[in-house]
Amino acid sequence: MTPGYFDHAAATPVRPEVLTAMLPYFTERFGNPSAVYDLGSAIKDLMEVHRAKVAGLIGASPEGIVFTSSGAEANNLAIKGAALAHLKKGRHLIVSAIEHHSVLNAARYLEKFHDFEVTFLPVDRRGQLDPERLRRALTPATVIVSIQHASNEIGTVQRLAELAAVCREAGVLFHSDAVASIGQLPVQVKELGVDLLSLAGPALGAPKGVGALYFRRGLRLVPQIHSGIQENGRRGGTENVPGIVGLGVAAELARRELPEKAAYLKALRDRLAAGVRELIPHTLCTGHPEERLPGHASFCFEGIEGEALVFLLNRQGIYANTGSACASKALKVSPTLCALGISPDLAQGSLVFTLSCGNRAEEVDQVLAELPRAVEKLRSFSPVWRKKTAAFSGGSA
Amino acid sequence: MRFLTDCKADATADLVYRVCPMHLLEPAEFLRDLHTGQVLEILTDYDGALEDIPAWCAKHGQEFVGLCEENDDEVFKLYIRKLH
Repeated sequence: MTPGYFDHAAATPVRPEVLTAMLPYFTERFGNPSAVYDLGSAIKDLMEVHRAKVAGLIGASPEGIVFTSSGAEANNLAIKGAALAHLKKGRHLIVSAIEHHSVLNAARYLEKFHDFEVTFLPVDRRGQLDPERLRRALTPATVIVSIQHASNEIGTVQRLAELAAVCREAGVLFHSDAVASIGQLPVQVKELGVDLLSLAGPALGAPKGVGALYFRRGLRLVPQIHSGIQENGRRGGTENVPGIVGLGVAAELARRELPEKAAYLKALRDRLAAGVRELIPHTLCTGHPEERLPGHASFCFEGIEGEALVFLLNRQGIYANTGSACASKALKVSPTLCALGISPDLAQGSLVFTLSCGNRAEEVDQVLAELPRAVEKLRSFSPVWRKKTAAFSGGSA
Repeated sequence: MRFLTDCKADATADLVYRVCPMHLLEPAEFLRDLHTGQVLEILTDYDGALEDIPAWCAKHGQEFVGLCEENDDEVFKLYIRKLH
């Protein structure tokens, strides 16, 4: 583990027991699962064992799991694959305004190239979507609704079962991106009532480059990677066997460890959030205060830029992020924070901590020692902050 | 091609959007679970199946019953009777 690393939503180390299980499949057990000789067919059998482990984590049957290269690919297969398979019903789909880019851009692709109408549903100030608002947005032409289980940027957990029930009543497919929540929250597809659900390896301590899509039995999907018989004709390309083994082993570990892990992360997260609230004035805790990922703390600090904060903390050996890893490089202001109604000025001061069981209380205490100093330093030469403090003290800027 | 008006089956293999050659692999899996004399319905959007499925039946000693007359514009319904 890397001390001071708090960006587990962006990347995680592969668990040693996962890596050990994967290694033989890079070298001596390298066969192609589609081959009919023993070196291949044995690998096919092994893949099915690990498919069952992934299915077991989410309470699904193994036949409902398609392995993919990532959560993003799973989201694309779910949304584009299901929407294109049900064109006869209509060309309308609904996503929330705070979805991951792989969901938002899959929806925009359908809008641009397949004449779909897309509704981007707003969320409340805590990041939750109102089931009644979703009900009102449904039309007879709505084919699919995609709502994330939890946000990797603000930590908010959606009331997914309620949202899924609205769609089920209306006969509309419901997909959820559970990449941020898998391994931290119970994710049971039947209890949640989802038709499709995406997950990815890194959140579980499996490597990057492997993910999975759950689909309800009998649901048709148009493949998004066209090739042959791999994944029963639903996703082409020779399977990433070491990654699949890693995902299976990590899923099995996650299933056993979930309650303990969630409690540990929550205690650590609460220590961090309480400390930040106490030590740094003019701080907004973003997302829902209770209904949030146990290992997630997110803030907006008035008067400073989150990016500068990331650089200062980096010098002290603390690694946090301004938002989602994919968005933080490209955008000055997060669309998710804007969707919460946070002003662009305040949204600039965003900082996100995503924890794992590798983090220790001492590391959190190091953050609580360094972060207030870093915020104070940046505020000391921030014209925005000077203007604000002058207003607080009744003076003029 | 023999067209059927009475399209009844004991099981259905929904292979719509499942890419070629899944229509040649899945029927055997489904037939394994049927009794001799029972009929399997195959749903597919792949027009190559109209030639491939009768040929597959001839090769594997199963009876190709026919194609449902009520095909919609996207999905073909083909029927196989299990002979062994």
